[in-house]
Amino acid sequence: MQTEIRQFVVDNFLFGQQDRPLGNSDSFLESGVIDSTGVLELIAFLESRYGISIDDEELVPANLDSIDRVSGFVDRKLKMKGADVV
Amino acid sequence: MTSPASGSARDLLRLDGTAETDRICEALGGQVRDVLKRRGLVLGLSGGIDSSVCAALAVRALGKERVIGLFMPEEDSSPDSLELGRAVADWLGIRSFLENVTPMLEGAGCYHRRDEAIRSVLPEYGPGYKSKLVLPPSSRSAYNIFSVVVESPEGVQKRARLTGEAYLAIVAATNFKQRVRKMMEYYYADRFNYAVLGTPNRLEYDQGFFVKNGDGSADVKPIAHLYKTQVYRLAEVLGVPEDIRRRPPTTDTYSLAQSQEEFYFALPYDKLDVCLYGLNHGMTAEAIAPLAGLTVEQVAFAYKDIRTKRTTTGYLHERPLLVDAVPLAT
Repeated sequence: MQTEIRQFVVDNFLFGQQDRPLGNSDSFLESGVIDSTGVLELIAFLESRYGISIDDEELVPANLDSIDRVSGFVDRKLKMKGADVV
Repeated sequence: MTSPASGSARDLLRLDGTAETDRICEALGGQVRDVLKRRGLVLGLSGGIDSSVCAALAVRALGKERVIGLFMPEEDSSPDSLELGRAVADWLGIRSFLENVTPMLEGAGCYHRRDEAIRSVLPEYGPGYKSKLVLPPSSRSAYNIFSVVVESPEGVQKRARLTGEAYLAIVAATNFKQRVRKMMEYYYADRFNYAVLGTPNRLEYDQGFFVKNGDGSADVKPIAHLYKTQVYRLAEVLGVPEDIRRRPPTTDTYSLAQSQEEFYFALPYDKLDVCLYGLNHGMTAEAIAPLAGLTVEQVAFAYKDIRTKRTTTGYLHERPLLVDAVPLAT
């Protein structure tokens, strides 16, 4: 899942530029990779790819501001749903 | 709940209104006459504090016979805007023209494109409904995620979070409003060989609260360096009519009444002014909090939000980027 999320971020926000350093724990906001509009795109991707529904209260950097945080968040959502981790 | 900005905060933003008025008018007169070499100034009159102050400054700088005010209402405008705009033109004795921009907006598909995007998240939205975009109340998240609020003809309100696609489609469609108005301003500017005056205050200019090639476009911006609190001070000095000075700031872009805090700014302007001043002058959140009537945490959030908006709206201020510099006459 982490690889898939990284691929989405690189393809969408870095125009596929693989050589730009982006660590799994790097903040999207601080590195300027994703802004509020970008978060909306990320949400749409997560909801459609993993079949989850993200509530307003969950739209916080603690859940969405790095590759690690996003994959951990999706993992928790899937476990809550009782689904297998993809 | 937060308390109002304190008296000391007003001290922070205090300015000599008379001296500042003279300074701006001198600059404005020279810019139009010597730099732009135009015969006068055109500006849109919205009945708001910024355009009213700018109109008064333009009259002082150039004389009332060299200033044109435009009223450009459209389907969703509040009737107050036209009424107050007319009051300003009458007060200053300037020439004015009324241009209803609704047919042009219909031609561009502004309303149709916006409504289609709203229906993608709230399918019941239809004729007779009103709408607006809002941020979560007192947003404390680092993300500015918009929701759309619609009101049925029966007065029932419903809210839904926007998808990225719907958000961009709504904003792109409604931005026609600012761009069509700017097109009309430049029509009159060309018609009379005048320049166009833009009315952003410092908060709007700094935080990118404008539409590129819409209200962001102009030949002169005489109050872009003034905090909103200071614009109100100038309004007093210039004698702007009382009902305009008392009117709360509004975007007047959506059919449901929408405050600027709901749409863009996380705090009321007087508090945000103090935070912006603090950030610009290297003051800590601890020092600014009591002056702004906010908690240290709220000021820290405001500082972060101001910095984020500067970054995300930076491109609005950019001129077209060239590969090589092209020397031009100065």
